[in-house]
Amino acid sequence: MEIEQLEKVASQVRRDIVRMVHGCQSGHPGGSLGCTELLVALYFERLKLKEQDGKPVFDMNGKDEDLFFLSNGHISPVWYSTLARRGYFPVEEMATFRKLDSRLQGHPTTHEHLEGIRIASGSLGQGMSVAIGAALAKKLNGDKGLVYVLMGDGEQQEGQVWEAATFAPHHQVDNLVAFIDLNGQQIDGPTVKVMNNRDLGKKYEAFGWEVISIEEGNDMAAVLKGLYEAKSRLGHGRPIMILLHTGMGFGVDFMMGSHKWHGVAPNDEQLAAALGQLEETMGDY
Amino acid sequence: MKKYTFTEKKDTRSGFGAGMHILGQQNPNVVALCADLVGSLKLEPFIKENPDRFIQCGISEANMIGVSAGLTIGGKIPFATTFANFATGRVYDQIRQSVAYSNKNVKICASHAGLTLGEDGATHQILEDLGMMKMLPGMTVINPCDYNQTKAATIAIADYEGPVYLRFGRPVIPVFTDADQKFEIGKAWMVNEGTDVSIFATGHMVWEAIQAGELLEAEGINAEIINIHTIKPLDEEAILKSVEKTGCVVTAEEHNRIGGLGDSVAQVLVKNKLVPQEYVAVNDSFGESGTPTQLMEKYGLTAKHIVEAAKKAIGRK
Repeated sequence: MEIEQLEKVASQVRRDIVRMVHGCQSGHPGGSLGCTELLVALYFERLKLKEQDGKPVFDMNGKDEDLFFLSNGHISPVWYSTLARRGYFPVEEMATFRKLDSRLQGHPTTHEHLEGIRIASGSLGQGMSVAIGAALAKKLNGDKGLVYVLMGDGEQQEGQVWEAATFAPHHQVDNLVAFIDLNGQQIDGPTVKVMNNRDLGKKYEAFGWEVISIEEGNDMAAVLKGLYEAKSRLGHGRPIMILLHTGMGFGVDFMMGSHKWHGVAPNDEQLAAALGQLEETMGDY
Repeated sequence: MKKYTFTEKKDTRSGFGAGMHILGQQNPNVVALCADLVGSLKLEPFIKENPDRFIQCGISEANMIGVSAGLTIGGKIPFATTFANFATGRVYDQIRQSVAYSNKNVKICASHAGLTLGEDGATHQILEDLGMMKMLPGMTVINPCDYNQTKAATIAIADYEGPVYLRFGRPVIPVFTDADQKFEIGKAWMVNEGTDVSIFATGHMVWEAIQAGELLEAEGINAEIINIHTIKPLDEEAILKSVEKTGCVVTAEEHNRIGGLGDSVAQVLVKNKLVPQEYVAVNDSFGESGTPTQLMEKYGLTAKHIVEAAKKAIGRK
């Protein structure tokens, strides 16, 4: 897909995010808006997905496919919108987000059999371990598909992340690409103030990872370039870590760059203002 | 009283290792993971024959549970192994979210459960694991009674689709069940039919219950003994059928009296048929260092204690 088209999809995904969160008056718009380029680039351009008649076909095992895991499950709106827009489930279902009897739970789950989801996430720090397991299964099965996993930067404060960070290079899990969404914010404030992660790139390098930095994580071309580079460096005994520098709330000016929109829903007026900044390109649900 | 004899004593963890050895030969999807306790879990024969299907995780149990959950996505059947304390309490949230809630086909196989771990003391003697695991929706919880049964259970859970907690232990105890038994998940095993009291025992306590049955017989008391190797799903039918006959119950487990087999049985009785029940279990305390025999005596988990509990239950009828 051309970059212009991908950007149009991203605009629609951002509309979906703010509308979903507004619709139930809860959820996490900030991190979702910040990771929109990554999710759209992955699902509409990079991931090798099983398809039939141009639509993805979901099965849990994901044999011969590339797999994506979302470890920081609270940014479910961006994932749900991307999956729906890619054709995994009807876009109308986004209206049920966080409501009773919905498959679009507050945090992603396999429990409701939503197409595209392979593990529950939300309690932080667990996704990279799961992605490593899925990557090892692919190696055992002789499956050439790749595994991608996204984590938050606040999430790096969880101990399990560093167990997984030690494990992956030791076992040469070189079919794995991990991302850290470096937006510098977490619930209680800027990450450097709440709990300074210091130089995550140097840490992962010291653990044995190949580290790539995408400085403009909200620039579609930069994201695509980083993803191509990551793929070219796979298969040489080391997992890849991509430091994705994003702006929390990117695309909606009053939500940008502040932890205040981590888990707050816009009111009617704010929704209108947000939508005014985002072009409708695929039709709202 | 049906006679139970034995020619050798073995540890249940070796039954697990033997089961894994067979699974390694029979089921190409079985993968073993361990957190730096390969010798304790008796995994050497499996690893020797299937080095590519063994994943050493180091001392990182949380990651081991997550990696196991991920392996199931590619159709593997991971057996995640370590001591019971580190396989449950340490990683409860990982099991809850990545395994149970996600309904992943992970087998959590836990050795050195309970007091009989012995000299290492309370830091390692988990007495709350059955409770934690049975509270998780969808989790199957199994606590077999001897070497042969542990081996059979290990093989059986590979064919069952869904998360399983398999609990076994360190000490050598009599091998008294059939070597070629078929293990049926959720199906209680009638050890001895009786009429005066129902003794529902699990794990190491089944052999103690058999000895208690003989002691009771000498006093003219005819005990029914049932091995509840599967704590969840619980064989409610077998329990209710038994209490219809006997009218009173003793539960015996190497676990805290809160949250274990006793409470599961009590829930069945409260809902269906109120009869007196006595608990043989650890009385809401931590363990301590000592030999397994000393500890079982001090914390009230021997045949003698089952006999006392049985008389008390009968007296309350």
